[in-house]
This record gives sequence, structure tokens and C-alpha cells, in this order.
Amino acid sequence: MSAPVLRIADLVAGYEVDVPVVRGASMEIARGEIVAILGPNGAGKSTLIKAVAGLVPIFSGRVHLGERDITGQKTHDLIRHGLAFVPQTENVFTALSVAENLALASAVLPRAERRVRLDAMYDFFPDLARQKALLAGRLSGGQRQMLAVARALLVNPELLMLDEPSAGLSPKLVELVFAKLREIRESGVTILLVEQNARAALAIADRGYVLVEGRNHHEGTSAALLSDSTVAELYLGSARRAATS
Amino acid sequence: MNPQFFADGLLMGAMIGLGAIGVTLTYSILRFANFAHGEFVTWGAYGTLALTGAIGFAAGSDIDAIGPFSFGWPLLIAGLAAAILTGLLALALDLILFARLRAKGTAIIMVMASFGASMALRSLCEFFFTSAPRYYSRDIQIAIEILPGMRMTPDQLFMIGLTAVLVAAMHLLMTRTTLGRSMRAVSENPALSSVVGIDVDRIVRATWLIGGALAAAAGVMSGIVVQIRPFMGFDLLLPLFAAAILGGIGSVPGAILGGLIVGLAEAAAVPLIGANFRAAVAFLLLTAVLLLRPAGIFGVRE
Amino acid sequence: MSLDLLGYGAFFLATALSFGIICLGLNIQWGQTGLFNVGVAGFVAIGAYASALLTTPETAGRFGGFDLPIFIGWAGAAAIAGLISAAVGALTMRLRADYLAITTFGIAVTIQLLALNLQSLTGGPFGIGFIPRPFAAVQENALLFNLANLALILAVVTVLYLALERLLRSPWGRVLRAIREDETAALSLGKNARAYRLQAFALGGAIMGLAGAIQGHFIGFIAPDNYVSALTFQVWAMLIVGGAGSNRGALLGAVLVWGLWSASGALIAALFPPDQQARAAALQIAMIGIMLAAILLFRPRGLIGERGTVSRFVG
Repeated sequence: MSAPVLRIADLVAGYEVDVPVVRGASMEIARGEIVAILGPNGAGKSTLIKAVAGLVPIFSGRVHLGERDITGQKTHDLIRHGLAFVPQTENVFTALSVAENLALASAVLPRAERRVRLDAMYDFFPDLARQKALLAGRLSGGQRQMLAVARALLVNPELLMLDEPSAGLSPKLVELVFAKLREIRESGVTILLVEQNARAALAIADRGYVLVEGRNHHEGTSAALLSDSTVAELYLGSARRAATS
Repeated sequence: MNPQFFADGLLMGAMIGLGAIGVTLTYSILRFANFAHGEFVTWGAYGTLALTGAIGFAAGSDIDAIGPFSFGWPLLIAGLAAAILTGLLALALDLILFARLRAKGTAIIMVMASFGASMALRSLCEFFFTSAPRYYSRDIQIAIEILPGMRMTPDQLFMIGLTAVLVAAMHLLMTRTTLGRSMRAVSENPALSSVVGIDVDRIVRATWLIGGALAAAAGVMSGIVVQIRPFMGFDLLLPLFAAAILGGIGSVPGAILGGLIVGLAEAAAVPLIGANFRAAVAFLLLTAVLLLRPAGIFGVRE
Repeated sequence: MSLDLLGYGAFFLATALSFGIICLGLNIQWGQTGLFNVGVAGFVAIGAYASALLTTPETAGRFGGFDLPIFIGWAGAAAIAGLISAAVGALTMRLRADYLAITTFGIAVTIQLLALNLQSLTGGPFGIGFIPRPFAAVQENALLFNLANLALILAVVTVLYLALERLLRSPWGRVLRAIREDETAALSLGKNARAYRLQAFALGGAIMGLAGAIQGHFIGFIAPDNYVSALTFQVWAMLIVGGAGSNRGALLGAVLVWGLWSASGALIAALFPPDQQARAAALQIAMIGIMLAAILLFRPRGLIGERGTVSRFVG
């Protein structure tokens, strides 16, 4: 059996040495899966994914991408190893045009591949193809998100990580984005997403991990998590209580 | 305005604009106001002086100037070499000083450190070359009338032409090459730049090299059309900052436009307030920009 | 011989302490309030010229010459410098730190330019001479003169130091430090941050003006050349070396850096032939520059700046 695409083992990470936000999280993502990381606000979901992406210091634990140990690797090398990350905010260069954003991302590819992959992205995201010359700062929220995803997908990553892809988007746009993610998985890319919107995430994910206070709390298939009362309590408890009072 | 003042303003504007490109790039990518930038201008000019002398010495005999200009190929080669060396000087300064402060401090500390670097670099020039003004050539140039009321020397015309070429080259670099796009990306968002695969440290190094080289070019120009003295770069700091901020930090076209505006404004003000107060013009423009529209002409509002 | 040395020592310390007063002013602006003033020389110049114009006898072709007593000159210097600082502050306070640095830098350049060119106001490049010196009656006796002036300056420094220490431990001072560290938190307390910053800037500027006047009267002569950026950076070096945020640090830094300056000056005079003195003097400035950079690299809190009470700005 091949190694999991991503393996996180007992990760402790945070912004300041004495204040870890992630306090011992572990998970495995197999090839071709869509896996969601869920949990209440402040659980450390974003910090975890940023630590994997090399943007947040890792204090202990290990991260493996396939066979390769990428713990503490420099962020800019990770994309060459096949790890693409879409941050939650500020995920496109607003001062560059759509075409320039993508051209920049293509620079890590061998010269021969660039044109092919760019054309593939424009095929996959026809809206972007129509607005190549537009400054990314002028795109709507949904289109920006698409550009951010296109930029990450351009390099044909092994693993695509997204930090709250639904944030700030209308329900209709969320549907569109998540439908796109399904398409992406069908093309063979493994996906890891951090999501506040548990329902939308579990609708497309195969499995989920629930993080609470920086540690693993719960895990299971989407179906199991959706029907699990404790998970519902974590997310929907306050809403249900509010509705019934 | 008197057409001659326009010519003077254009020339001054070209020099300020060229220097301001370096300032705007380093300011936007390194995110601090580098008060030592003026010294790259000065070292570029003095470096060219020293190397021209060395080439002349090695060649043995007097080398003729090229055509109607006051300089010959030794100066051109020396200028190129000095630009590269000044770029390396800027890089060395970063390695010794700024990079280490970047890791632990705020931008203010780096600005303060740049004071120290500026004092040290300028004073070393003064120590080696003394404060007496120096010149690349003692040839007197005859100004030719290019338009009614406007006279310029061949050197001055060459400088404007050279500036145009360098600016065009920089524009192409920033818009058509991966390096240029990477610089613009890092200028906007260093973290995202890492995520898309850009080695931010490498871009920072490239920025120092380019910024230093452009400053040196401005220094050589100033040395040719005016004179070489230890304070030449420091005295340009205010106009350089004014031009870069006026044009919008991070914008190369903005830096050139800002430079032209500052240069022309200075020239226009001379008949009004006298030549002695030229430096005050840049300051007034700067203050106006910062109070009214700090983002500048092409800048992005924060 | 030893009397000469004593006289020189008094002169040295008096001058060092006059720089110390400038540092005290800068400490209020930077150390306590986080305002990045790179135009120190300008405010020192304002004070020096104000006092000179108030106290010198009438001079043909030049404004001023009111022939007033020295202490009025000093008071006037502080007041005028303080007022102009307040005006500058009102215009520039909302600029972020590096823009404030560039702007104040420009202000100092402009002030020096004005001093150099407005001959009818400032005497132009010739400056202003015959500024009444304290204890002028004994100026023939170098030892007595220097000791007397040292005593005077020491008295001023002591009064200032005690007053500032008191002020900074007061509620006003605490608010200032709170604003420096975290403006949003301070604002939420309902304090008008801008007003406090303006007061600090004006107070610092007034003290710098006073120092300019004291220096001018001590020497008896001022010229635009005294008030260039080298002065600003020297004072910054003094404050950083001594320890920003601490009044004692400000004074210590002034004495130390002035000591290094004087010692290096003596060394240069000894090592270099007379015709090379001017270019060798450049080495002194290089030394100050390197020292400033080195302190920021290796000991940003300065010699006696305490960790924790010093701003996160400084390191």
C-alpha cells in the first residue's frame, strides 16, 4: 500500500514559542481523498494547515508529504514538492492581472509545461479566461477564489490544501466553489480543506477530523460525522438551543 | 516657464526619477525608508571616478572622448562596473546589517540603522577623496539650441536619452519577466509569494542589486552634468523620497513621473524663490503628498 | 597643566551635558511616545537662533537684536521651539512612523536652508556672533569660566531631569507609554491619543530649543553649519547608545558619545598632519555611524535601557 499523501504526527505549532495553538494533532490523508478539518472557532484548524504550509512555526511533531519529511521546510520549496495551498484571505495578487497571477505561478514549472498547464487552467475556469487582462483586485469575491484555486491547481499538485474556501461567499457561490473542488478531485488531486461551514464541507468530503483546542477530538467518515450527535452539538448546538428557547 | 528652465527641470527630473526607481523598489519590497540610498548614488559616482582613472592609467595615454560628449569609453566601462559594484555594496550592506535587523526588529530600527550606514558610507568617501568637488572631465561643453530658447549640452542630451532607455528597460523587466512579476508580488504580499513558490530572500537580494545599480547610474549622471562631491547623494534623498512617494511606492512609472514633477517644480520655483531654496521645493511637494494623498499617484490605498 | 586639564574637563562635560539636554527632549518624543523625529537639528537651531536674536545687541541689516537678558533668551527659545514643534506635530502627527521620519528630516533641511539664506533674519552663512555668554565677566579665566558654566548647565540638567522623571511617573506619563505600546487599547480608555502625542512632541521640541540656546550662549556664536543632519544623527546615536526610554540613559549616552567624539578628535589631531585634518574629521562621523549600527545590531536597548520598560519598538 502506498504511503498516504499527507501524514501529520503529533504536531505542536503556534505563533509564539510559549503559546502553542496546535497542541498535538495527527491525521492521515490517502491519495484521491477529500478530507475536511472541522472544529469550533479557535480550535487551531487554520494554524494547523498554515503550519503544514510552512507559514507558522512548528515546535514538535512531524509532517510527511508522501515519503518526504517536510517538517519545517521553507514555504517556497513546498510547491515544488507538490503541495499547493490556498490561504483564506489575500490569496491573489491584487496588483497583478489574472494572467500575470497565473504566469507567476507557472514559473515553478519546467518551461515546456507552462503553456500546457495555463491552457488547461483557462479551460477549467472559463470565467478566468474571459478576464485575463483584468487586475485581480477588480475581480468579485467568487472569481477571486476561483483564481486562487486555479493558481494552486496550475502546478498539478499532489495535495491541494484550502483554508476556509467558503469564507465570505454567498451560499450559491459556496456551491459553485465546492462543485469545482469535486471536479478537481475527479482529476486526481487529493484535497484537504479547513472549513467552518461543516455541512458544506462534509457534503463533498470523504472523511473529516474534528479539532478542538488544538487536539484531535473526533474523526470519521462524512456520513458518520453528519449523523453524530456530539459533532452536531459542537456546531449546531448553540443554533438549536437558540431556536428552541 | 522659461524654456531653459524646462530643459533644466527635465534633466534634473530624469536624474531624480532614475534614482527614485531604486528607492521605490527597495521601499516597497524591503518595507523601510533606506536613508543610506543616497550613498549608493555617491559611491556609484566616486567608484566610476576611481575606475576611470585606473583604466586611464592602465591604458597609458590619453583616451579621446566620444564624439561631442565629454567622456570616452573608459567612463562608460567604469560606469557599468561601478553600477555592478554598487549593487554588490548594497547587497553587502543588507547582509551585514539590514537582514539581521529584519529578523528581529521593526521597520523603525532599520531606518535608524540606515542613518548609521549613511553616515559611515558618506564619511568614508569624504575621507578617501576629500570634500573637494571632483569632475570626470574638464572639457567645456558647448550648449546647442535644440528648441527656441532651450539649450542643452550633448552630455545632458545623452543623460536624458540614457535615462529613457533605462526606464524602458526597467518597465520591461517589471512587466514581462518572472523576476519583475516576482518583485511586484513580494512588494504586495511576501507570505503569499512564498506560497506560490517565490524565494523571497532571493527577490530581496535582487532588489538590493538593482536598486544599488540604478542609484549608481543616477550618481554617474549627476557627476557628469554637475559634479562629484561627498554629499551629492545625501542631498538627493529628499527629492528621491518625494518623487517615490509622489508616484506611489512600488510603482516604477510613478517614480519616473514623480521625479519629473519634482525636477520641473524645482526648476520652476528657482525664478520665484531663488536657486538656494531648491531643496525646499521637494520638501513642500512631499509634505503636500503625505497630507493630501499619501498613496501617491499610482499607489494603492492601504 | 592640571588646571588646564580641569578647565578642559569642565568644558567637555558642559558641552556633553548640553547635548544631554537635547537627548532628554528626544527621549520624551521617541523613548516615551514612540515619535520618530529625524529633524532634531532643526528644533535645536530654532532655539539657538531665537535666543540669539532676543539677546544680542542691535545689528545693522538683521532682524532682532533686542538685547534682552540671557534667561529671557532661554525661555523664549524654549517657548518658540515648543510652539513650532506643536505646529509641526499638528500637521504630521497622523503620519506613520517612517513618513514622520522623512518629513521631520525635510523640516530640518528646510530650517537649515532658511537659516543659511535669510540673511536679514538670521545673519545668513555668517551666523550670529557676540551672543552674551553666562559669566562673561570671567571669560578671560578659562578655568573659572568653564567651571561656572558647567555648574549652570548642571543645575539646568538636574532640574530638568527631576522634573521629567516626575512627569513620566505621573498619570500623564503613564498614558503616554500606553499610547506608545498600543494605541487601540489606550484609545479605548477614552484618552485623546493625538492630544497627548502633540503635548509630548511640543515638550520635547521645547527642551531641544532650550539646549540650542544654552549651547549658543556657551560658545557665543552660532552658524547654520552647526545644525546639519550630523547633529541629528549624533543625538540619535547618543540616545540609542545610552538607552532609549530612560532619562539617565539619555544623559549617559550623551557623555559617552561626546567623549568618544572628543577623544577621536584629539587622536586625529595627533595622528594627521594639519592639511589632512579636515578629511580625517570625516572618520569621526564614520565612527558614530558604525557605532549606531552596531548598537542596534548587538544591544538595541543601549547601555542602561532596561528590558521590559523599554518599548517593543527598540528591541
